[in-house]
Amino acid sequence: MKLRKDLIERDPVSILAPVLAVALALVVGAGVLLALGKNPIEAYGAMLNGAFGDTGRLFNTITRAIPLLLVAVGICIAFRGGVINIGAEGQLFIGAISVTAFSVAVGENLPPLIFIPLALLIGFLAGALWGAIPGYLKAYFDVNEILSTVMMNQIAIQLVLFLLSGPMIDPREIELGTRIPQSARLPEAVALLRLAPPSRIHAGLFVALIAAVVVYLLLWRTPLGYRVRAVGQNKDASRYAGINVPLYTVLALALSGGLAGLAGGVELTGVTRRMVEGFAVGYGFSGIVVALFGRLHPLGAIPSAFFFGALLTGAEQMQRTIQVPSATMIALQGLVVIFVVSSDIWVRRRASKRAARAVSQPAPIEMSMEPIPSEVK
Amino acid sequence: MEEGRTLLDILVAASGLTLAAAAPFLYAALGELFAQRSGVLNLGVEGIMLMGAFTSVYVISDKGFGAHPLVGLLVAMLVGGLLGLLMAVVSVTLQAEQGISGIGLTLFGQGMSTLLFRVLAGGVIVAGGVEKLSIPLLSELPIVGSVFFRQDILTYGAFALVPISVWILNRTSWGLQVRAVGQNPRAADAMGVNVARVRYQTVILGGVLAGVAGATLSMALTGVFQENMTAGRGFIAVALVYFGGWSPWKVMAGALLFSAANNLQIWVQVLDVRINDASIPPNLLIMMPYVLTIVVLIFARERQKREPAALTKPFERGEN
Repeated sequence: MKLRKDLIERDPVSILAPVLAVALALVVGAGVLLALGKNPIEAYGAMLNGAFGDTGRLFNTITRAIPLLLVAVGICIAFRGGVINIGAEGQLFIGAISVTAFSVAVGENLPPLIFIPLALLIGFLAGALWGAIPGYLKAYFDVNEILSTVMMNQIAIQLVLFLLSGPMIDPREIELGTRIPQSARLPEAVALLRLAPPSRIHAGLFVALIAAVVVYLLLWRTPLGYRVRAVGQNKDASRYAGINVPLYTVLALALSGGLAGLAGGVELTGVTRRMVEGFAVGYGFSGIVVALFGRLHPLGAIPSAFFFGALLTGAEQMQRTIQVPSATMIALQGLVVIFVVSSDIWVRRRASKRAARAVSQPAPIEMSMEPIPSEVK
Repeated sequence: MEEGRTLLDILVAASGLTLAAAAPFLYAALGELFAQRSGVLNLGVEGIMLMGAFTSVYVISDKGFGAHPLVGLLVAMLVGGLLGLLMAVVSVTLQAEQGISGIGLTLFGQGMSTLLFRVLAGGVIVAGGVEKLSIPLLSELPIVGSVFFRQDILTYGAFALVPISVWILNRTSWGLQVRAVGQNPRAADAMGVNVARVRYQTVILGGVLAGVAGATLSMALTGVFQENMTAGRGFIAVALVYFGGWSPWKVMAGALLFSAANNLQIWVQVLDVRINDASIPPNLLIMMPYVLTIVVLIFARERQKREPAALTKPFERGEN
């Protein structure tokens, strides 16, 4: 059973670590809430209730998980390819605004079966292009991709605001004189099917799940994926093996951006159905946390996205019912990231001990810049 | 344009503002420079700045303790130092991947400052700000006086820190240790330098200065705190270190350039710049510093040769 070996990493610590990281973050969060005079048990209770309280809330949680999963799967590609993509936020916006422009332009002239795939493809391509820019700059100009993707986020935010308050504003907003920066409503034909109205859970769920499986197969079952991972593991060795390292660096960031753009397109056609200011804010960053929590594995991202979808949905409920700001979740996500990457030292040490036992040769000494090492072979 | 306020007056005011607005960049970038010279990339600057910005304004505002601005500054330094310590534990002792852990710290700072702001300040917070300090005689000089010598103490401090940083790095034994640890930690270790300790010191120093940067932004520059008010300045500060080729003077030049770009909007408005008789959309102007950062990073490529050799590489003793 080769599949199982990939699905479950051999070291239980590598699965346990993220869980402990979340538990620890929740404990720290409880301390902060306590210090602020809020009852943490009440707060977390409200969160749990908000995320799973009834079917409607459970569907909300799943709806939230859809874009998170798509972004996270993209982040996995980038990390595996040795690039850190912090730009999913911007890539998602650019994907969504492109889908908006395309859909509004097409109007009702296409049947859904052609319109929807085409619109989502546009979202993917736009995100991919936005991701390819920092990829290209890293590959050919040695520009630090963390900094450039952060900057690309800010540029995307301003670009979208500019488009929404001028060229792409809903004509009705000008008629009424309200000038709220939002686009016209998308045509009905491009709207994704709602699976269980009145809940907003939509067919994008299948898009996200399929994307996770496809990316898993791509990374571990195709030569292209193998090369992406090889470049991520060791650039020099890849170069000697004849792999075009810059090309695969650009590709990793482009694919990563493409999935974020797809997330934007899916969220737009599935949930909001018009581009608004503040659309899907924070999903790009939460997606990074989801990916790390899923051990940078596309299939691991599935339960991880569900879990963080629950945390985010729950946090909103918490804000409504007991006035604990949902920003608490952002702080907790930050702690989860810090704890997960910190716990890596134990995973690595165990891995190098095992490697030493296996080969009776010293483990590699230099701690590489590479993100979390992939499976230990 | 008002009668009596000439173009020169406006230019003088805008130049003075550019200097003041460069101060947060300078504090944050110089702090980051020390951390990077010792081999640690701290990408949590943005989050630390936000925490410094909130805590300083909070303690001096009526909603908090109505304390003196100096107390606000000290609190921001303390908070920054503690977050720097956290980053040091994570990146030096636990040897975590520095890029991602810094992003985690930034998320933490963003969430935490917003949480505290909403719970403690209820959404609005205004502080008296820091008074301007006119330097006798010099401030009376025409033009130069009002541009350079009627700033607040935090702005003077930021620019004074540039030669001080140069001196510390190049003329003190601690500065030598910092550079050695960043270039060749193994050799430094062999020479008896405690690599971990030096890195802890620089990262904590970087945290303290990032806290000051946040306090400068909120207390001195704007007099308010707003959610996510740093808007990427912390990351730009990190980029400035690359741009400046790890040299404090060049970092200062970069800080001034970015401050000017950040104030582009104000400049364009006061000078009433128009293209084809249409005013330039503000969003496109706000975009400029970020575009500039990317462009600058492309051209800073040559300088990357001066990158500390051990940057982002954790060090473990007892291996060879």
